Amino acid sequence: MGSVIELEGVSKSFGSLQALDDLSLQLDEGEALGVVGPNGAGKTTMLSLIAGSLHPDRGRILFCGRDVTRVSPHGHCRLGIARTFQIPRPFGGMTVFENVLVGASFGPAGSDGEAEEIAVGVLADVGLLRKANTLAGSLPLLERKRLELARALAARPRVLLLDEIAGGLTEPEVLELVATIRKVRAASVSLVWIEHIVHALLAVVDRLVALDFGRKIVEGDPQAVMASPEVRSVYLGAGA
Amino acid sequence: MSGELTVVRATTASRLGAVAGVAALTALATVPFWASAGDMRLLVEALTLLALAQMWNLLAGYAGLVSIGQQAFVGIGAYGLYYFGDKVGVHPFLAAGLAGLAAAALAIPTAGLAFRLRGGYFAIGTWVIAEVYHLLAVNTSYLGGGSGVTVGSAAALERGTREDGTYWLALAAGAGAVILVYAVLRSRLGLALTAIRDNEEAAESLGVDLVRAKLVVYVLAGLGCGLAGAVIYLNLLRIQPDAAFTVNWTAYMIFIVVIGGIGTIEGPIVGTAVFFVLRELLSGYGTWYLVALGGVAVVVMLAAPGGLWSLVQRRFDLRLFPVQRRLRLPPAPEREANP
Ligand SMILES: Nc1ncnc2c1ncn2[C@@H]1O[C@H](COP(=O)(O)OP(=O)(O)OP(=O)(O)O)[C@@H](O)[C@H]1O
Ligand SMILES: [Mg+2]
Repeated sequence: MGSVIELEGVSKSFGSLQALDDLSLQLDEGEALGVVGPNGAGKTTMLSLIAGSLHPDRGRILFCGRDVTRVSPHGHCRLGIARTFQIPRPFGGMTVFENVLVGASFGPAGSDGEAEEIAVGVLADVGLLRKANTLAGSLPLLERKRLELARALAARPRVLLLDEIAGGLTEPEVLELVATIRKVRAASVSLVWIEHIVHALLAVVDRLVALDFGRKIVEGDPQAVMASPEVRSVYLGAGA
Repeated sequence: MSGELTVVRATTASRLGAVAGVAALTALATVPFWASAGDMRLLVEALTLLALAQMWNLLAGYAGLVSIGQQAFVGIGAYGLYYFGDKVGVHPFLAAGLAGLAAAALAIPTAGLAFRLRGGYFAIGTWVIAEVYHLLAVNTSYLGGGSGVTVGSAAALERGTREDGTYWLALAAGAGAVILVYAVLRSRLGLALTAIRDNEEAAESLGVDLVRAKLVVYVLAGLGCGLAGAVIYLNLLRIQPDAAFTVNWTAYMIFIVVIGGIGTIEGPIVGTAVFFVLRELLSGYGTWYLVALGGVAVVVMLAAPGGLWSLVQRRFDLRLFPVQRRLRLPPAPEREANP
């Protein structure tokens, strides 16, 4: 199994702020990678780089061995990389069905009928079918998060990038979401999942990476990473 | 589709809207047979402004292109009419159509420049480019220079023919703009544009090619504004560069779209009606008329930020133009078993 995503020495700064500093990382075909780290560690920045919505100052990004460092966000989507946003960005004036239809229509090409079928299928998978005709702008948080997931899935990605999709949900809601994401994994989609809710993450991912100040501090087996002195010190604020 | 699930577009309101639309169009088409020349001139103005407003709505309300330089295409349409009618020598009604196409063609290099700019810079940039076109017209003696030209080919037409033809062209521009925007919004491009309207970054991340969608809209808007400009000057006959390229054209478009309701097809129609009613009521008061227009715009923006149509839409969930895609769900299983 080759790697689907490779980051090679990627750096990104915003003005004087170094959000990512010489980060290298890889994601294998079919693998689920969890990402943890304190606020401002650079997790979302990393995701945006992989999704093509930001371009790195230095370093390269490969998708299935192909250099996609400068490819546009819509180009990334068409290649098979789809993302969700940490703060949901629904198309508020469109219905839930139309939101998902956007993902199904412009990701990989297909006829309108095909796109509609995909959209309906995805809505059923994430449990939003009954809200299909609701305006997305009027959805409560849980359903906005589900919609983020549904839209990304409708683009039929090979790599799915999730940014704190469980944040702000109640415990039962988190469990429902975990179940949905497990289903996605079963369809052999590779996954990068940023999450502060550790138990949700541990229920799904194969490998964990911890970031702090734009650098990778530990990487490896999820349990081991969470137990590592580096992560404990960051999370507990105590000296390691 | 998987049997029971179907996608429906029409609503009861939209079916009524279609009937009303066809009736209105039929009535409007007969205007030359019974209305006075003065009323017809007024309608030509209203219909061309409706066309302009629909174009600006497509640009700013959907594609996120807040252009304040659409007067460039009004002016190009005006001079295109003169060029094709008087210099090339085609019939002025055909010249008006060709002028629209010329404006669309010139929209492509214009976009090449303007699309390098973002946000506020794009807005100012489009204005600057329009000024460049203005100065080109002023300095080209072939096109009459600073004092402008009379569209001789149109002035030479028999008066009744010119007035009727101009009116029907204006109707074609106004109704055509509405139908064009409607057709665009129902298409795949429309799905992309509506997504762009609501959130550009999310649309892009879902595979929407922003630049391509925006370019198509910009060229269509060039076509619409160019045709409207040509028809406006078929009506006026005398082209002066300062008037043809005045930023006031775009100011009217913005006013109409903002008070009517941006990002809807109905909004610019409502806005055009309000604009003309205000203008007719207040035309005796000189500059106070402009103050009143500004006042109305401010009040509407504060009281109904989505424009007047948003008030109607929110209250009655009324959509005269069915651009939404609704999913018709199968009945719940219990009910299916026991009908
Ligand atoms: N567009 C931007 N412009 C300027 N600074 C930015 C931008 N995006 C992120 N930053 C900064 O870069 C740093 C990393 O941000 P990032 O959003 O990647 O963090 P994060 O790990 O996702 O944090 P959180 O857990 O709070 O979501 C932060 O200090 C943030 O303020
Ligand atoms: Mg983040």
